[in-house]
Amino acid sequence: MSERVKITIDGRQVEAESGELLIEAAQSNGTYIPRFCWHRRMKPVGICRMCLVEVEGPRGTMLTTSCTTLVGDGMVVHTKSDTVKKAQEGVLEFLLINHPLDCPVCDRGGECPLQDQTMSHGPGESRFVEEKRHFEKPLPISDLVLLDRERCILCARCTRFSDEISGDPLIEFIDRGNHTQINTFPDEPFASYFSGNTVQICPVGALTATPYRFRARPWDLEAVESTCAGCAVGCRVSVQSSQNEILRLLGVDVEATSHGWLCDKGRFGFQHLAAPERLTVPLIRGKDGELEEASWAEALDRAATGIRRVVEAHGPSAVAGLGGARSTNEEAFAFQRLLRGSIGTPHLDARMGDSLDAVLLAAAPNRGLIGDLESAKTVLVWGPDLKEELPVLYLRVRRAVTELGARLVVVHPRATGLDPVADHVVRYRPGHGGETLTRLGAGDGELAAARAALGEGPVVAVVGRTGLTEDSDLAGAVAGFAAGLPEASVLAVSRRPNLYGAIDMGVAPDLGPGRSPVRPGRDADGILEGLGSDIRALVLLGADPVADHPSGTAGAATDFTLSIDLFLTDSGRAADVVLPAAGFAEVEGTMTNLEGRVQKVNRLVSPPGQARPATDILADLAARLGDPWTDPSASALAGEIAELAPYGSVSWDALDWGRGRDGIVARGGDATYVAPPPPPPGNGNGLTLHLGRVLYDLGTAVAMGPSLAKLAQRPALYLHPDDASSLGVIAGERVKVNGSAGSAEVDAAFDPSLALGTVYLPFNLGVKIGSDPAVTVGPVS
Amino acid sequence: MTDRILTTRMEAHPGDSHTLTRYEATGGYATLRKTLAEMTPEQVQEEVEAANLRGRGGANFPCGVKWGFLAPAEPRYLVINGDESEPGTFKDRQLLERDPHQLIEGIVISSYALDVHHVFIYIRGEYPRSARRVQRALDEAYAAGYLGDDIMGSGFSLDVTVHLGAGAYICGEETALLNSLEGRRGEPRLKPPFPAIEGLYSKPTIVNNVETISNIPWIIANGGAAYDAIGPEGSRGTRLFSLSGHVERPGNYEIVMGMSWRKLIYEVAGGVRDGNGLKCWIPGGASAPWLTPDLLDEPVTIDDTGRLGSMLGSGAVVVMDETTDIVAAALSITRFFAHESCGLCTPCREGTTWLQRILERILAGQGRESDLDLLVDVCDNISPGLRWPPAMTTICPLGPSVVSPIMSIITHFKDEVRAMIPQGEPAGV
Repeated sequence: MSERVKITIDGRQVEAESGELLIEAAQSNGTYIPRFCWHRRMKPVGICRMCLVEVEGPRGTMLTTSCTTLVGDGMVVHTKSDTVKKAQEGVLEFLLINHPLDCPVCDRGGECPLQDQTMSHGPGESRFVEEKRHFEKPLPISDLVLLDRERCILCARCTRFSDEISGDPLIEFIDRGNHTQINTFPDEPFASYFSGNTVQICPVGALTATPYRFRARPWDLEAVESTCAGCAVGCRVSVQSSQNEILRLLGVDVEATSHGWLCDKGRFGFQHLAAPERLTVPLIRGKDGELEEASWAEALDRAATGIRRVVEAHGPSAVAGLGGARSTNEEAFAFQRLLRGSIGTPHLDARMGDSLDAVLLAAAPNRGLIGDLESAKTVLVWGPDLKEELPVLYLRVRRAVTELGARLVVVHPRATGLDPVADHVVRYRPGHGGETLTRLGAGDGELAAARAALGEGPVVAVVGRTGLTEDSDLAGAVAGFAAGLPEASVLAVSRRPNLYGAIDMGVAPDLGPGRSPVRPGRDADGILEGLGSDIRALVLLGADPVADHPSGTAGAATDFTLSIDLFLTDSGRAADVVLPAAGFAEVEGTMTNLEGRVQKVNRLVSPPGQARPATDILADLAARLGDPWTDPSASALAGEIAELAPYGSVSWDALDWGRGRDGIVARGGDATYVAPPPPPPGNGNGLTLHLGRVLYDLGTAVAMGPSLAKLAQRPALYLHPDDASSLGVIAGERVKVNGSAGSAEVDAAFDPSLALGTVYLPFNLGVKIGSDPAVTVGPVS
Repeated sequence: MTDRILTTRMEAHPGDSHTLTRYEATGGYATLRKTLAEMTPEQVQEEVEAANLRGRGGANFPCGVKWGFLAPAEPRYLVINGDESEPGTFKDRQLLERDPHQLIEGIVISSYALDVHHVFIYIRGEYPRSARRVQRALDEAYAAGYLGDDIMGSGFSLDVTVHLGAGAYICGEETALLNSLEGRRGEPRLKPPFPAIEGLYSKPTIVNNVETISNIPWIIANGGAAYDAIGPEGSRGTRLFSLSGHVERPGNYEIVMGMSWRKLIYEVAGGVRDGNGLKCWIPGGASAPWLTPDLLDEPVTIDDTGRLGSMLGSGAVVVMDETTDIVAAALSITRFFAHESCGLCTPCREGTTWLQRILERILAGQGRESDLDLLVDVCDNISPGLRWPPAMTTICPLGPSVVSPIMSIITHFKDEVRAMIPQGEPAGV
C-alpha cells in the first residue's frame, strides 16, 4: 500500500500518493501541467520536455520533467514560476518552428493538444524565419494509417504504444537529430490490429486513419458514449457522428475493461453500418420464388402466418430460434419472450455450435473479472487466440505479464499472439486436450514447470475453445481444473459481442431468463440437425447459420424461415421473410460482456430506410401471434430485465454514461456449473484439423466496411513443415484438404509452431470443410 | 617525481609497444600477477580511492567513488568507453592503438576489484584500427592466460568483448552507449536509475573511460598514495592532452596538471602557428566554453578551469589564432552538435539546428540585428540561465553543449559577430 504524502504545489499544500508521478499528483489536485509525450497508460519517457517544472532540492531549485519525477513527502514544486514559464514557452516555440501550422486543413484542428497548449502555454509568436523541415507526405504506413512526418512532434506515443502495449513494434524512430522521424521498417507495414490507438493518442495530426481522414471537423461532431459491439470484451467507446452518419469511434479510458484502447476491428468496424448492402425494406418471397420488397404490414403478416401454420400443423416445438448474440439484452429478451412465451417452443440458442456450454458461460466456477488480471501472479490462457478473437483482453493479459510481472501459461495447438510473452507454452493436437489436461494437472514431464507456476496464486484462467474442431467439454474440464487453482478466478470466454447477455436473457436451450435452469430444448446443433424433419420453422435474429455454423451443413429446407438482420445473409437468401433491423448506435439498450458486466449502448443515428429496432419487430410479431406486449420499448424491457435476480441492481439510470462508466456486474442466478471430466482422446492417427478464428474474416463487420474488407487474409492451410514434407506438400502450392463436410483446394503454408500432426485452417475465410477433427491433405495432382 | 605514466612504453618502443612481447618485456602483467596473488578486491578499491583518480572521459568524476556505487546484484559489468568522438579529442585512440595491453591489464585488475566477469570495450566506429589492435591484444592475452577462465591460477575468470560503434557521438554518453551495446538506438536513458544500479542489460554497470582504466596498473603497482602525490590537489596524476588547432606542434601530450595554459600552449605545443597572436582556446573539448588570452597564466587544473566558467573535459585543447573567423568556428561546433543530437528532447533536436541556421544566415550576410538576442535566448531555452555548469531543459548535456560556442562568441567577440550583420533596414519585400 502506498502512503499519503504532503507536497506543496505553487504554494498550496496538497496530498498525493507516495510514488505517484508529479504530473499526475498535480493534476488530481487541480494543477494541469502541459504535456505531449506523457500518457497515463504508458511508461514515462520525458522527451518532449513540455512538462518541466521547478522542484526545490538540497542543491537549489532544479528544472525537471514532472512526468518522470516521483513525489516525495515535503516536496516543493513550482509549476508557474518565471523559469518554468520560460522553459515551457521555449519548448513550444521549438515544437512549432518545424510544425506546418496547417491547422485549417488538419483533422486534429479543434481537438489538438499542440493547438490547445500553444494557446494556454505558448509564446504567441515564432521568431523562426528559416524554411521549415520537409518530408514527403502523407506516407501510408499501413492500409489504415497515414503518417505526416511534418506535423509529427516526435513524442513517441505511437512507437511506445506499439512496443509496450500492443507488442508489435512496427514503427520506430529512424535517423537522428533534426532529421528524426517516425517510420516503418523497410517492406514491413504497420500491420497492427491496434493501429487505430496510435491515431487516437497522437497529440497532433501526424497520424490519421482512412475511415475518418478529412471527413469532419471535431466541433461539428455529435457524440454519445457507448459500448463497442465488436466482441464480448465490451470496451467503452465514444461514438461520433455528423449528419446522421457515424464517422468514428474513440476509446474511452475505463479501468474495468479497455483502459481506453480498442482493436481496429472494433474501432473501424462501424463502417459496415453505412454499407449500401444494408437492408432498408422488408422482403418477402414472391410468387416467382424471388425475394421482393414489401410493406412492413405485409411482411409481418406473412411472417406471423408462416409461423402460425407450422405451429398449427406440427406444434410449437416445430419452431426454433437462433440468434441474439449480436443484439442488445432487450432485443434478446424480446426474442426469448417471442419464442418461449408467444410461440411456446423450448428450442432457442444464441450460440452457433462454436461456443461453450451455456451454463459455463453464465455461471463459470469462480467466475472472475478482467480486472483480476491486475493482481494475478499467474495467468493461464487455454482458449482462443485472444489477439484474434478478444483483442483488448489480449492487451490486458499482456499488460499483466509485461507490466505487472505475472507469469503466463498458454496452452494452444499453435502459436498465439501471447506466446512471445508467455513463460510456458504447451502445444497439443486438437482432440487430445483431455490427455494434455490430465498431464498438466499431474505436472508430468515437461509440463512440470507450467504446473508449478499454476500453483502460485492468485491465478486468473482464461478458458475457452481453442478452435472449432475441439470438444466443447474440454473447456469445461479446463475451467473445473482452473477453479481449483489457488485464489482462482475463471473467465470462460466466447467471442460474440452479447452472447453472455443473450444467455442471461434466456436465449439458451437449458437456461431461462436470469440464468434459471429450464427443461432443455435443442441447442444450435440440434436445431440445425432437425431442420426439415421435426424443426419446420426457423426464426433468425442477427444469425446466419449457413455462413457461421462450423458444420457447414446448415441450410436444409424448412417450411418457413424468418431472418431479422442488418444484411441479406446467406441464410436470409433462403428465407421466406427478411426484416431489416436497426443496428449498433441505432438502438439503445444494454449489453453484457464476458465478465457479466452490464453496460449501456446508446443511440446516435437513425437506422437506414425502414429498418426498425428488433424489439419493435418482435413485439409486432408477437401481437400478430395473439400475444400483445404492453410496452416493447427498450427501457420498458430493461425494467422487466431488472426483475431478474442477477440483474436486480442493474437499473437503466445507473448505467447511463457519465456515471457508472464501468457498468454493473450481474452476479448470481440459480444455475450451477458442474465441470465434466476431461474428454477422452479422439482418433489417434492421421491429421487433425485446427479450425481457428482470425480477426479479419468474412464476417459482416469486416466484409461490409471498405476500410477493413481489404484486410481479410487469403485463406490458406497451414502445415507443420515436417508434416508437409511427409505429405509431399510444398509451401505456396495448392493442396486439397478433405473434411467432414466437404473438400477444398487452398494454398499451403508452413507454420512450424503447430503441434505435429495438426493442420490449421482459419475459419470464415471462404473455405468450408466441416468441423470434424479428422482430415486428409494431399497435393493437388 | 613521475611525470609520465601512460605513454612511457610507446615513447620508448614506438615500433612494437602494442605487442604482448614488448608489454611483458617492460614489466607488463606483473602487477596483475601480484594483484591476483596478494591483494583482495577491497584492497584494490582502496588503492584506487586513495589515488584520487578522476575520470578522464570528460566529467572528471572520482573513479573510486564511482566504483563504490556499484550495486551488489549479479551479473555486473564493466564497460570501457572508447567512443571518443568530441572534435579535438584523440587521446584514447593513442592508448588503444599503441598500448592496448596497458588497458587490458587495467581492465583485469579493475574487474577483479569490482567482481566483474564480463567487460565490454566500446570503441568508436571510426576507429577500426583501434578495434583491430585491441582485439589482437585480447587474443594474445587470452592465449597467455591473462584472460579467460581461472586467470593465472587465481580462480578469477574474465571475458572481454570488443564492440565497435556505428558513428554516433551521443554513444559516448554512458547510457546511450549502453543502449547501443544492447542493440538499441543510441539515446540517453533517464537517470535515475544510474548505470551503477541498473546499467547494461539492466544490471549494475561501471562505465569508465579508456584513459582512466589505463592508469590502474600504475596505481596498483606504485600505490594510490604515489599517484596522489603527482600534481595539484583535485587534479592528481598525469593527463593526456590533445592539442590541436593553430599550434605549431599539434598532438597528444602527457603532462602533470598544474602548469599554466601559457606553458601548455607556448612550450608544450610549440606556440601559435606562424607566430600569430592568440585569439582564444577551447580548454576541454567542443562543449567547453572558450578561454581568452587574459587567462593564459591560470593553472591547467580541473577545478581552476571550472572556476573560470569552463572545463577541462576530456582534455582536448583547440587553439584559435587571430586570423580565425569566429562565427565560422562557432558554426563548425554548432553544426557538429546539431548533427549528433539524438533527436529525443525537443530543445536539443530543434534548438541546435535552429542555432546552426542562424549562424549560417549571419555568415551568408543575411543576419539581422535581432539575431544576437535571438541566439542568446534560444541558448537560454536549452540551458536556462546560461549558468556554468549548465542547467538543462534536456535529458543529457549534448543540447546544452551547443551553448558554449555560441555564448563564447557573444560574450567575447560580439563586435565581430555584429560586424557581419548588414546594418540598416533589410531590403524591401
